[in-house]
Amino acid sequence: MTSPPKSPLQPVDSLDRRPRLAVHKLSSCDGCQLALLNAGASLLRLAERFDIVHFAEAGIIDVDAEADIALVEGSVSTAEEAERIQTIRARSRWLMPIGACATAGGPQALKNLANAEAWIASSYPEPQHIDARPTADAVAAHVHVELELPGCPVSTPQVLAALASLLAGATPLAEQDKICLDCKRRGQVCVLVTQDAPCLGPITVTGCGALCPSLGRACYGCYGPAENPEVATLAQRFAELGLDAEAVKRRFLFQQSGAAPFQQLLREWHPKPRAGSATASVDQGSSMTSEDRDHSMISASGEDEDD
Amino acid sequence: MIASRFLPRQHLQTLFDQLDALGYRCIGPQVRDGAIVYDRLGDLTALPIGIGAHQTPGRYRLEHQDHQRCFAWANGPQALKPLLFAPHETLWRTERDDAGRLAFTRELQPAQRQAVIGVRACDLAALALQDAHFADARADPSYSRRRHDLLLVGVECGQPADTCFCASTGEGPAISTGTDLTLTELDAGFLVRAGTEVGSALCDALPLRAPSDGELAQAEAEIEQARLSQHRSLPGRNLRESLFANLDHPRWDEVATRCLACGNCVAVCPTCFCSTEREQPSIDGSGSTRVRLWDSCFSAEHSYVHGRLLRPDTRTRYRQWLTHKLGGWHDQYGRSGCVGCGRCIAWCPVGIDLTAEANAICSDASESAQEAP
Ligand code: SF4
Ligand code: SF4
Ligand code: SF4
Ligand code: SF4
Repeated sequence: MTSPPKSPLQPVDSLDRRPRLAVHKLSSCDGCQLALLNAGASLLRLAERFDIVHFAEAGIIDVDAEADIALVEGSVSTAEEAERIQTIRARSRWLMPIGACATAGGPQALKNLANAEAWIASSYPEPQHIDARPTADAVAAHVHVELELPGCPVSTPQVLAALASLLAGATPLAEQDKICLDCKRRGQVCVLVTQDAPCLGPITVTGCGALCPSLGRACYGCYGPAENPEVATLAQRFAELGLDAEAVKRRFLFQQSGAAPFQQLLREWHPKPRAGSATASVDQGSSMTSEDRDHSMISASGEDEDD
Repeated sequence: MIASRFLPRQHLQTLFDQLDALGYRCIGPQVRDGAIVYDRLGDLTALPIGIGAHQTPGRYRLEHQDHQRCFAWANGPQALKPLLFAPHETLWRTERDDAGRLAFTRELQPAQRQAVIGVRACDLAALALQDAHFADARADPSYSRRRHDLLLVGVECGQPADTCFCASTGEGPAISTGTDLTLTELDAGFLVRAGTEVGSALCDALPLRAPSDGELAQAEAEIEQARLSQHRSLPGRNLRESLFANLDHPRWDEVATRCLACGNCVAVCPTCFCSTEREQPSIDGSGSTRVRLWDSCFSAEHSYVHGRLLRPDTRTRYRQWLTHKLGGWHDQYGRSGCVGCGRCIAWCPVGIDLTAEANAICSDASESAQEAP
């Protein structure tokens, strides 16, 4: 992926009507809709420039409305949603899934790795009342989409920037930079290098502005894999930092477990034997002893990441 | 060589007071989030007193040490680069008037005199390279303005990190040029020498005395020890031919299995200068902001040309970093782009060591080209 398709909209001044915006919801927690509702003054600007035809959290309901731009929150998890996303596609010119659920299945995609039927049967006394497909899917697994905006929740500035670009008749930016680059642009101190924290920043696309590292925490990867994500290399590094194979894999089992590079890691990855690791052979200093750990008296508060 | 004078430790605050009186905003080293960072410094109590920094590939730890020295560590993730080449900067704004016409305004930060205390020899060499890129030929207005207002207080290195190799590149650990004032730290105080007229004027205002022969000898011995303690080196000071003759070396494939293509090496490297620009239109359609951000040759956009990525994978991106840094820089600026600070080694999340990579790829150079400095 190098660039999204051309904008479908003429510059807004040359339209004889306001462009129509719809915000749809599939299986989700509504957090991405709330991220939009939280936009403050920008939301009022948005309402002036768009005809908002459907946005359930804002009280505007017309699920079948035609739209120039449709934002979709949530994963495709039921038979009804699988049908509805086809209808949404047919009635929208520019379809933009927002958030981890819509772009990778979200936390509910954890069931894709398990026997979902058995889970349901073990939780509900009458499982026949549960309408759930065996997998929770990204919107793009069902229909063509123009641009995905990931995140848990989606980044409000990213949604506003994409909408502003579309209004100006320009193709919105598809962010590709990794969290690490943003982390360094913000002058933050690396938690992996100073605390051995298993940070997902080196393989995660930015959008949050490296929020967790700014608070001394390892990135959880909620924006999902960046382009060219060296997932197995990072997993190997976590193993060298002392995480066992199970703990390494759990780092990739948060909101983005459904993303293809993470699925591949979970299926195929095994730690390489430590002595043969290239990093260790370059310099013995990188393999640390518990005595070394005790030297780190002045590191930021480093609680265990794997609560 | 300019004669050194001696500033007793208890009078170090006078230096800060003098800089403050001259209207300088003091920037200096301090401990934050487990590292030594450069930021606004009100007085000397914020300096990393009695702190050492233990650095190995992919690892950085501070430790308390039993002394009162303020500069007994080598470096942190950054020093001068973000102060001059801002990681995030607005270049211009576009506004639309009522008639729909666009007006462009350049964004320039107001001038502010800044004094940076604790600049290292490697940082000064890197600054000369950044000046060549940003300030000399096609001057970048924001960089040049900040550079013009900068006062530099260098401190020579007595405690290099395991990752430092400035002796091999020829920049340090002693400071030869580029500062207004240079300090060499001893237990009882600092040897001080001026490099510019501003520095001389500052010296006149400080309670300096003549150093003893013992103090001079001690300083020299510590710097020499710092030089000898470094064990990493590049295979030569000009690896251009060797690197470009080895573009298909199998080591590029091998390093690509270890590298994350995360760009941390570029971000901490004091000489890297690549940037990208973003247009940020306002949601009400009234205008737009053009910003410049640090970029890196490990990012996709860096090699995106007309619909395709010229460097789609980690192998070609790592190769771009090393061949530009140690090769292409000779064509652009007449010297290597590496000043031996070792930051890219310590701050690489997987501890890749560019001296090890260069030695593996340029093994032909290490045998034949042991050129003199
Ligand atoms: S803290 Fe995480 S995101 Fe930041 S530089 Fe380190 S690895 Fe990258
Ligand atoms: S290449 Fe590495 S060692 Fe050389 S100047 Fe850059 S960060 Fe320092
Ligand atoms: S191309 Fe890479 S190595 Fe060269 S200046 Fe840019 S970021 Fe640094
Ligand atoms: S060499 Fe290290 S810091 Fe540089 S891109 Fe590769 S993994 Fe990241």
